[in-house]
Amino acid sequence: MTRTAEEIGRTELGPRAVPPLGEQRVAADLSTVDTVLPNGLRVIAVHQPSVPMVELRLRIPFAGTDPLHAARAEVLSATVLTGTARRDRVAVDTDLALVGADLDAAVDPERLSISGNSLASGFDTLLDVLADALTGAAYPDGEVTRERDRLVERITLARSQPGTIAREALQRHRYGDHPYTREMPEAADVATVSAEEVRALHQASMLPRGSVLIVVGDLDLDAAVARIESATSGWASAESAVSLPDLPAVTGGDLLLVHRPGAVQSQLRMSAQAVTRTDPRYPALQLANLAFGGFFSSRLVENIREAKGYTYHARSALEFAGSGATLLLDTDTASAVTAAALLEIRYELGRLGLVPPTASEVDTVRRYAIGSLLLATSSQSGLASQLAALAVLGLDMDWLAAHPARLADVTAEQIAAAALEFFAPANFTGVVVGDAQTLGAGLRALGGVLMP
Amino acid sequence: VTQIQFDRFTLPNGLRVVLAPDDKSTVVGVSVHYDVGFRSEPEGRTGFAHLFEHLMFQGSESLEKLAHFRHVQSSGGTFNGSTHPDYTDFFEVLPSAGLERALFLEADRMRAPKLTEENLRNQIDVVKEEIRLNVLNRPFGGFPWILLPPVLYQTFPNAHNGYGDFTDLEQASLADCAAFFDTYYAPANAVLTVTGDFPVERAKELVHKHFGDVPARPAPNRPSFGEPPPATELRGEHLDPHAPLPAFALGYRLPDPVQDLDAYVAHVVLAGVLADGDSSRLKQRLLHRQALVTDVNAGCGLFGPFEARDPDTFTVTAMHSPSVSVDTLLAAIDEELEALSATGPTEEELAKVTARWVASLHREHDRMVPRTLALGSFELLHGDPALVYQLPERMAAVRQDDVMAAAKSLRPDSRAVLTVRPAGGKA
Repeated sequence: MTRTAEEIGRTELGPRAVPPLGEQRVAADLSTVDTVLPNGLRVIAVHQPSVPMVELRLRIPFAGTDPLHAARAEVLSATVLTGTARRDRVAVDTDLALVGADLDAAVDPERLSISGNSLASGFDTLLDVLADALTGAAYPDGEVTRERDRLVERITLARSQPGTIAREALQRHRYGDHPYTREMPEAADVATVSAEEVRALHQASMLPRGSVLIVVGDLDLDAAVARIESATSGWASAESAVSLPDLPAVTGGDLLLVHRPGAVQSQLRMSAQAVTRTDPRYPALQLANLAFGGFFSSRLVENIREAKGYTYHARSALEFAGSGATLLLDTDTASAVTAAALLEIRYELGRLGLVPPTASEVDTVRRYAIGSLLLATSSQSGLASQLAALAVLGLDMDWLAAHPARLADVTAEQIAAAALEFFAPANFTGVVVGDAQTLGAGLRALGGVLMP
Repeated sequence: VTQIQFDRFTLPNGLRVVLAPDDKSTVVGVSVHYDVGFRSEPEGRTGFAHLFEHLMFQGSESLEKLAHFRHVQSSGGTFNGSTHPDYTDFFEVLPSAGLERALFLEADRMRAPKLTEENLRNQIDVVKEEIRLNVLNRPFGGFPWILLPPVLYQTFPNAHNGYGDFTDLEQASLADCAAFFDTYYAPANAVLTVTGDFPVERAKELVHKHFGDVPARPAPNRPSFGEPPPATELRGEHLDPHAPLPAFALGYRLPDPVQDLDAYVAHVVLAGVLADGDSSRLKQRLLHRQALVTDVNAGCGLFGPFEARDPDTFTVTAMHSPSVSVDTLLAAIDEELEALSATGPTEEELAKVTARWVASLHREHDRMVPRTLALGSFELLHGDPALVYQLPERMAAVRQDDVMAAAKSLRPDSRAVLTVRPAGGKA
């Protein structure tokens, strides 16, 4: 059989009408406990028995202003689960594995995150291993030395990634040397960290007061909270965990071109000040952002990917930090079309405020925002992560449950106002990482770009 | 593992259908797996299966360009597609009110995709950007999935780069697209999977309504891609302009995943004993006790286990300091494999791997995208979606001597060793 492409695209019946949406079943309310234990730890427990598992998220504010804080915190996070008085590293992993559990630690300039999961039948073991580390992590000299050396290698690898180079350049360009920019420590600093310093940091900063523990799963809530309370009863301090000082607002300005010799593709990263989830403008901003570049059917993606083929990936997203938020645009484009892509991005930024989202765009982003929230919170792991993101702002399950209604109530006028206020091209600053030899002429002609 | 009732049937046009309802859910997943992947693309057209996957999103008889994305997203859903060695999948996951719409969208492009020169050229550009992003402009791009097969395999289908050469991509023509669609995207060469919140009778009705008149075409003959395992150790080197550290990948041949599933599962267990968690053998020795590597991993399949037919690949990968020689590391790995083939894993090691596997299956089942795709690919590759839920039992049935035999089969004189050397000359 040989048909032409044109013949394949036609049937006798011709185009058909897209069917309407059907009935949507409403998710059952989930029972929740949200409480603060005597040691100051906030616990949110949710009964969601879709599978016989438990998801766990612990978030500890973990900021520091010491120039070596990032290096010490990174080594701490790499070794906090490598042994206690009761368990060596192999025993930690063995105890977890036998109950189908995993536990991992990660740190950023704001907080230490310990995340994990286990079979519901292994929840006690998961808690026991976690509490053992919180109260008795030993940071054995050998583990600290080895993880420190590995970290140095991993940092070298990360800094060879164009995405990391662009991220670090953006952080410096928009925040100078605020502690928030120290997302990845210097390898030379990491190499100086001693086990003693890590133990001291744990003592000073691994604190329950101000921290939040989220468990979601096939749990009896009251029993689970009681077990958490007894497992963590030895974790106590009068001090509160340390939050990051507020970030300065991002101000618009020239993009910085960062030279990466021989690069075949450039990274464009742009940012502007926004508002966080607690602001009354937030739901309108969330929808305006979707219309701009927050999902595939957005103006940015339809323009620079689907119409022009400049990129595989383009996105705008809200980035939450401390009590604020910023808009972050990111795309990677071939060197030959980088300047043209920047021109289109600026055009779309201006257009969003001046030619605001149409009724059909508003309808699409609203349905997408409400539906994707349902999808994202329909699994235990998705719900746990979503609650963790909200809890650090003091928000809770009620806020989450009420958010679809908030999105439903936003008017087209409010979206247009958010578009004009937050997406004005002059609000943005940013960086371009790429080969300056190839990019220079185009970017210079376009203007608003600082040459290296 | 959670019991799921399946409904399976075949439409008169040959489309196989799997329905897996779940009345606790409020979302639905719809996927179509076509039985063609990059192993089937012809010489001179590397990357074509993946390029064609992109074109399937570019409109169909009832849907203008961009309409597919808009209809899914305005129903509150997400979508994607991906190209594998042996199949290409497409999916939508959305609040359950969108079920009929998702079925309509998949049926419309199965019936009459709109393949145009303009969209072809646009998507060639997009795919080239994808390759620059994931391969050319980053350290360890394509490691090991693009780099290892040409060392381990001799025949074009198994050895070539599934992302494709730019030259080949640029030569793709509309006639190629039409022929590829007519040959491989027949309903009789596909599996439709529907999971989540729906009444079975209603879903059946909708499947018949939308897919029933997709014209039947014969399913293509599926050639065997089998080839003999290497008769010696094969070595290859790749110079990576962006890598800051050397790395290597070992490739071994696996038992046939379809014909010899139990032996394959024994290798999955072996991979867990070798490198899953701090207490696994290779992590303990190479990472923690001797600190010879920055990281070491082992696994079945270049994209994970149960993702391909025969031949499939067992890999061990590691990144290491330039001061440690590859031969030192290979000797250590071979010693660990010998120890396992002589005395086998302990009961505790087996219990750990099984418990973690059961937990990961529960987590996969809890998210509608992986659940839908796993059921579809098991129907396509194994003819049995229920196998997904039998894997924990199969894994628990793996005994010490099964793992000993698996370890014994990973022989130094029948493997590929791909080394990656940093060649940037800059930081």
